[in-house]
Amino acid sequence: MDLQSKTPSGPIEQRWDRHRFEMKLVNPANKRKYSVIVVGSGLAGASASASMAELGYSVKCFCFQDSPRRAHSIAAQGGINAAKNYQNDGDSIYRLFYDTVKGGDFRARESNVYRLAQISLNIIDQCVAQGVPFAREYSGLLANRSFGGAQVSRTFYARGQTGQQLLLGAYQALLRQVATGKVQMFPRTEMLDLIVIEGKARGIVTRSLITGKIESHLADAVILGTGGYGNAFYLSTNAKGSNCTAIWRAHKRGAAFANPCFTQIHPTCIPVSGEYQSKLTLMSESLRNDGRIWVPKKKGDTRSPNQIPEEERDYYLERKYPSFGNLVPRDVASRNAKQVCDEGRGVGEGGLGVYLDFADAIKRLSKQGIRERYSNLFDMYERITGENPYEVPMRIYPAIHYTMGGLWVDYNLMTTIPGLYAIGEANFSDHGANRLGASALMQGLADGYFILPYTIGDYLAIAKLGKVDTSHSAVRDVESCVIKQTTRMLEIRGKRTVTSFHRELGKLLWDECGMARNEAGLKKALQRVPALREEFWNNVNVLGGGDELNQALENAGRVADFLEFGELMCLDALHRNESCGGHFREEFQTPEGEALRNDQEFSYVAAWEYAGPGRQPILNKEPLSFDYVHPSQRSYK
Amino acid sequence: MKLTLHIWRQKSASHVGRMVQYEHAKVSPHMSFLEMLDVLNEDLIAKGEEPVAFDHDCREGICGSCGFMVNGVAHGPQPATTICQLHMRHFKDGDVLFLEPWRAKAFPVVKDLVVDRGAFDRIIASGGFVSVSTGSAPDGNAIPVPKKNADLAMDAAACIGCGACVAACPNAAAALFTAAKLSHLGLLPQGQPERHQRALRMVAQVKQELFGSCTNIGECEAVCPKEIKLEVIARMNRDYLKASWTERGDAYTGSE
Repeated sequence: MDLQSKTPSGPIEQRWDRHRFEMKLVNPANKRKYSVIVVGSGLAGASASASMAELGYSVKCFCFQDSPRRAHSIAAQGGINAAKNYQNDGDSIYRLFYDTVKGGDFRARESNVYRLAQISLNIIDQCVAQGVPFAREYSGLLANRSFGGAQVSRTFYARGQTGQQLLLGAYQALLRQVATGKVQMFPRTEMLDLIVIEGKARGIVTRSLITGKIESHLADAVILGTGGYGNAFYLSTNAKGSNCTAIWRAHKRGAAFANPCFTQIHPTCIPVSGEYQSKLTLMSESLRNDGRIWVPKKKGDTRSPNQIPEEERDYYLERKYPSFGNLVPRDVASRNAKQVCDEGRGVGEGGLGVYLDFADAIKRLSKQGIRERYSNLFDMYERITGENPYEVPMRIYPAIHYTMGGLWVDYNLMTTIPGLYAIGEANFSDHGANRLGASALMQGLADGYFILPYTIGDYLAIAKLGKVDTSHSAVRDVESCVIKQTTRMLEIRGKRTVTSFHRELGKLLWDECGMARNEAGLKKALQRVPALREEFWNNVNVLGGGDELNQALENAGRVADFLEFGELMCLDALHRNESCGGHFREEFQTPEGEALRNDQEFSYVAAWEYAGPGRQPILNKEPLSFDYVHPSQRSYK
Repeated sequence: MKLTLHIWRQKSASHVGRMVQYEHAKVSPHMSFLEMLDVLNEDLIAKGEEPVAFDHDCREGICGSCGFMVNGVAHGPQPATTICQLHMRHFKDGDVLFLEPWRAKAFPVVKDLVVDRGAFDRIIASGGFVSVSTGSAPDGNAIPVPKKNADLAMDAAACIGCGACVAACPNAAAALFTAAKLSHLGLLPQGQPERHQRALRMVAQVKQELFGSCTNIGECEAVCPKEIKLEVIARMNRDYLKASWTERGDAYTGSE
């Protein structure tokens, strides 16, 4: 496989401008002759669909939810970064670029990150013009807050619902184009395979979730904005429906999958309360500004937290990292929580939790002071746990939150299949081995509003695509593959439910390929995932038919893909003999227990190529070079 | 905890539905309402019965996918809480619960507790946006927005489009939903050029979708999980009235 990143050369500030000039254009009158398919209607998918339709392309947009407004981007709380420097605190495009490359632990492409920082400015302008109700100062001008990994205030926000408001902006832009007829919207329709003809992506096969009808849709290019694969772990902060089916099936048709082991764990989530737990809920990171994290010094201490005297508490983050204390980055905070729980000092039912205690902050700021800062979060915590965090400390535990890995894309966001693009969390893109807070929304909208609509023209203008119709043998073959798999799942009628397989896979991946990984554990997972997959295909029980709304069947298809994908993730984690960002290999740490990168051997993107069922995937490497931000060891002591 | 559940089962839009009784003995007070149904479904599958279909996704109360009636109340008894965020500790051992889908002509049942809320998308498509194409925006700080207006706009924009307002309304009106969008955009300077046309178009679309008329009963406000206030409807009515008097056809906005 020939990985050509197509990154422009020259001074980094001029690369995107020059590239835009050098790209071929499609004549405005000709744009309507080209059709594109967009799968997914989150920030990336909705903004790309709307922008391409505005340019004149004919767009078909698909989502599995009942409305494009439900995509999981809607759940993002914190905010969106932009290097506006409205606060006059020394921010700049270069600083946002620098923070992002460093925060990503030097595993991202410099050119892409610089472009992202440049475009961040336009995103805010666009969203304001759409009527996104960003927080404002009394002057009427835009307000900012600060976020982890940065020393400037560059995060724009709409209360704790920034993702919701940005998505509704993109959704409304999308529906404006639906009304003009430039976008045809297909809700409750799931992509189940990719159609590749003569080496180029030409369409998708979908299943209507209402009627079960399998259909082929053809186009001149296919864009996947289908999000990340965090739900491979079963329990995550992702929405229940989030899945890797679109990107995984594209991978099996030839798209390289990059850095699947780069997953992000969020340290402050509400812990699991029982076997029935279906998902995890994030509590904003901002709580760590005032809460103190601790566990009892003694193992198996079952006293209630208020009965444990001060001298028997271990404020382990403050003890180990005196200068950053409770505000160490996400990966460090998460690993330390795991460590104390592994030592048997975890709190709450099952021992998988640590306290986040506001007693000192309440003494300092009063209950009212804390209420003003965090009331919505405290209310949500109480709604879910039934405990009042003003009286007893919160219990928190890390959970899977975001995936930096995804389909490999070049500078134009095109995968290794010509005509197939991946945008937003679905690509491996700009976050390296660790994403900074408030950067996911920025990247999704940058890809959708401002990058893809330009770069796709460059492909369409020169691709020389022949006419194809649904009678083409390649289309028929893919359709019959999809029908065969769906029928097979309905015919097994085994003894176990889809969810029981998903839960078992999730636990295995969390234990062996979660916050901390080691060779022995990963090898064990690499044995057990295929065995579980084997059992799934012999013993799963999917009731009902294929020609109706059948949520168990939808789920079965998604879990079947997680069962294949999970193996690749473990393989990638096993091969990367270093620790960086969200990937922590226990064998590779400094004497103080911090992540030990190996730039000599692993300063590359691992792009895995599918080699067929039961065959070891092939590793391709895209070397990374750092001309502007020089790799250094992160330290938070 | 043990519960007796009466759940609306309907195979598809074209089938006749009925209430079916289930005894559920595995309820923990820490479960969310949807987790309680997950456990019921796992048991049903084990017995060879088809699980109950219901819409859900984020389970954090923000995507708006979930929602059904619990004992006649949209999203159940807890105020300002979607059904996915409602926890079983608010119920007692031995409770009898009736679960029904949203009931409104404009929301036809798809299966069991799942309904088709496509009408909401069509209302937004009829005018619930600012016509600004990508790339044509001025600087974000070029037009200051009074903080109070920004806050009020945000209050209205918090709508998650779940449909509880329609389900709770004796007239099955979509006034709160439509008015929330009109308020959100109408309170901001960016929304002014199309403000009147937007009101006319969205209200016209509501009528086409077979929603009922608003008679200011207020059930919608009472069940809204995002606490959208009735005052948005007052704003809608004012805009609609003004627009009806002053409407000057398509020349008014320049769109189309």
